[in-house]
Amino acid sequence: MPETESGHPLLSLQNITKIFGDLVANGNVNLDLHAGEIVALLGENGAGKTTLMNILFGHYVADQGRVMVRHSSGILVDLEPGAPQAALEAGIGMVHQHFTLAENLTGLENIVLGTESLFSRRFSRSKARAKLQELMQSSGLEVDLDLRVSKLAVGERQRVEILKALYRDARILVLDEPTAVLTPQESDSLFKTLKLLAAKGMAIIFISHKMAEVLGASDRVAVLRGGRIVADLPTSQCDRHQLAEVMVGHSVQTAERKPGYPEDETLVFAGVSAGDGREQIENVNLALCKGEIIGLAGVSGNGQSTLAKVISGLEIPTSGSVLLNGKPLKASAAAAIKSGVARIPEDRHHDGIVGAMSVEENLVLEEIRKPAYQRFGLLRFNEIRMRAQEAIKAYDIRCSGPLAVSRLLSGGNIQKIVLARTLDQQPDIVLAAQPSRGLDVGATADVHRRLQEARDRGAGVLLISEDLDELFQLSDRIAVIHRGHICEPVETEKLDKKQVGLMMAGQSIKGEQAA
Amino acid sequence: MEYIDILLSANFWAAAIRIATPLIFGVLGALVCERAGVLNLGIEGIFVVGAMCGWMAVWLGAGLWGGILVAALAGAFFGLLHGILTVPLGLSQHVSGLGITMFATSVSYFTYRTALPKVSSPPRIEAFQPLDIPVLSDLPFIGPALFQQTSMTFLALAMVLLVSYVLYRTPLGLAIRAVGDNPSAVEAQGLSVFVLRIGAIMAGSALMALGGAFLTMSAFDAFFFGMINGRGWICIALVVFASWRPGKALLGALLFGAFDAFQIRLQNEVGAVIPSQVFLMIPYLLSIVALVLVARKADYPRALLQPYFRGQR
Repeated sequence: MPETESGHPLLSLQNITKIFGDLVANGNVNLDLHAGEIVALLGENGAGKTTLMNILFGHYVADQGRVMVRHSSGILVDLEPGAPQAALEAGIGMVHQHFTLAENLTGLENIVLGTESLFSRRFSRSKARAKLQELMQSSGLEVDLDLRVSKLAVGERQRVEILKALYRDARILVLDEPTAVLTPQESDSLFKTLKLLAAKGMAIIFISHKMAEVLGASDRVAVLRGGRIVADLPTSQCDRHQLAEVMVGHSVQTAERKPGYPEDETLVFAGVSAGDGREQIENVNLALCKGEIIGLAGVSGNGQSTLAKVISGLEIPTSGSVLLNGKPLKASAAAAIKSGVARIPEDRHHDGIVGAMSVEENLVLEEIRKPAYQRFGLLRFNEIRMRAQEAIKAYDIRCSGPLAVSRLLSGGNIQKIVLARTLDQQPDIVLAAQPSRGLDVGATADVHRRLQEARDRGAGVLLISEDLDELFQLSDRIAVIHRGHICEPVETEKLDKKQVGLMMAGQSIKGEQAA
Repeated sequence: MEYIDILLSANFWAAAIRIATPLIFGVLGALVCERAGVLNLGIEGIFVVGAMCGWMAVWLGAGLWGGILVAALAGAFFGLLHGILTVPLGLSQHVSGLGITMFATSVSYFTYRTALPKVSSPPRIEAFQPLDIPVLSDLPFIGPALFQQTSMTFLALAMVLLVSYVLYRTPLGLAIRAVGDNPSAVEAQGLSVFVLRIGAIMAGSALMALGGAFLTMSAFDAFFFGMINGRGWICIALVVFASWRPGKALLGALLFGAFDAFQIRLQNEVGAVIPSQVFLMIPYLLSIVALVLVARKADYPRALLQPYFRGQR
């Protein structure tokens, strides 16, 4: 780590406390940031990482404590609270998790927005362009500045966001979950850029809950738990297990691999083709047995979502047949639920819950016609409330109660609602699409345990995932999907991760069937 | 053919432009508001306010341009009201806008009646007269068709240029377009969403009021009840037709003006056979058809109708 010129940190957060209602989002947080270092701010969902950064950037005002930045003279001065403008002027640049770009403007326009007096007669594109060309060259952040943001891919939008900060001569760069939306290759190139920027004397904080990137890319790790800093140490002194424990607060019980006891076939695909374009599936043959987990490995966009839609009853195959317990599967979502298909959708916020509805309403959504919850077409509120309280307890759904608005819960808790709703109906088939994507360690372990329980009860589980660790940990057999073709599932013991990785990239799917 | 004759008369084109003028003001005003992300259904009422205030100022002794200023200020005031209700308070833009329309209309009628309790026929003012521009007004056909208009029509055309210049060439316009697409982008760059949006609504409402003022100070020379007659609503549709672009807004207003001028003349030609109401419907029907054709691929400002609260996820 390069020496700082004056000993003072670039940024110092001192005793920051922020309370929302009963929730202590941040309690007495102290964090220093020196020029030239990359600090990873690690913590589970809801640990207060984003709140802390929003205080730093002036979106929120802290109840207590001070944010201090180093003045050009070398001394620390207070940053005006609650003023993004002041944070910008002090050289703090923030890349939010949800990008703050106007999509109807070009990259260039987004970058210069707000940097000139509003009432100047026109903005000078040429000067801005020259400066940006230079920045792009020195940082390696190439992007077409004259395309509308709506036409840019996610990775490019993120580059625009970083350029926005660099254009304002930021000394401190804050990135909130920067890799959540990136492919592994894009993440690698992002961290390369960050290292380059740090080497030039910038101070960088990135927020993450992914252990691998924290260990790989940071100089120092600060761990937040329950709104407090519980560890702050150089990355070289950390190891994965220790960090995971500090982050979660107790030793993490990752679900252990247990073999299942497969019985008869329950869901059978025979020569099924469906969908069109990139997400097409072709001539799929697959037999899922009761009491087993089949892991379907594959890079997103190779037909997984079409397969999931067919099983969920949302899409009709163009050819072939799908049999569930010997009977053809009807192409209707209602019929799928009725015949015992539990669906854990990929986009849980959008397809998993109705965000504006309460936790209890979401919990009984699929069973609302059953006499247990309605009589003569009228809802039985007491029964619904009891059911919700039971599920909230059994699944440890952290919310203020059955009436909490679902949209406001964290991703992990939303997933728990989905699990409670679907798995408690004792389904024959569980379709789990990317069930742990975006979840923290604790919630992921929870999801895994539930899927194993369902399997042990006798359900057939189809686990669609990109995460090889997850697949090897849970699956009894693993199949690989590539460009809509699915290979014959192979017992997990007979495979190794490298092999599956290559197959996901499209190498010799046919050849593996013999293995 | 008499239809062709209508289209070939200078008189028809002059009428089309005259009818289009208040719509140009109105559609520009609505466009500015919506570009900032706020629908302003107060437009119909703000037209009435502009018509009444402009006229009343002149009637009380102000000059014509003074009347225009008064109308714009009155419009901006009701814009401020709509802005406060919809931006920091985040109320429904539909409900607030309709409320503003009813409130503004009633206040105007009330003021008029209170000021002139016993008048049966509306008093007249000395309104704007068509300009006589040297050379241009004297050109054959083109002169009477395009250049014998009042100053307010030329002001409307100038506003089209001004609004497009501001929107597309200045940092202010950049900020307005951004705040209508993603307010957090504006906030993250250190600008105030509230100030920008309220400012845009006030400016837009002032433009709408000028549309009303044109009716009492240029097209006619008096104020009477019901004279706005849905022109504001037409502007709301025209903004969509124009895909929120000032140039297309001008085109839309002129098209509507032409339809309207055409139907008036058509009525005289074949009025005996077909009831006049059918002709009155034509411009509205055509604007619905145009809207259906255009609106399907319309590029809405993404944050339109969505209130912004700081720090909300």
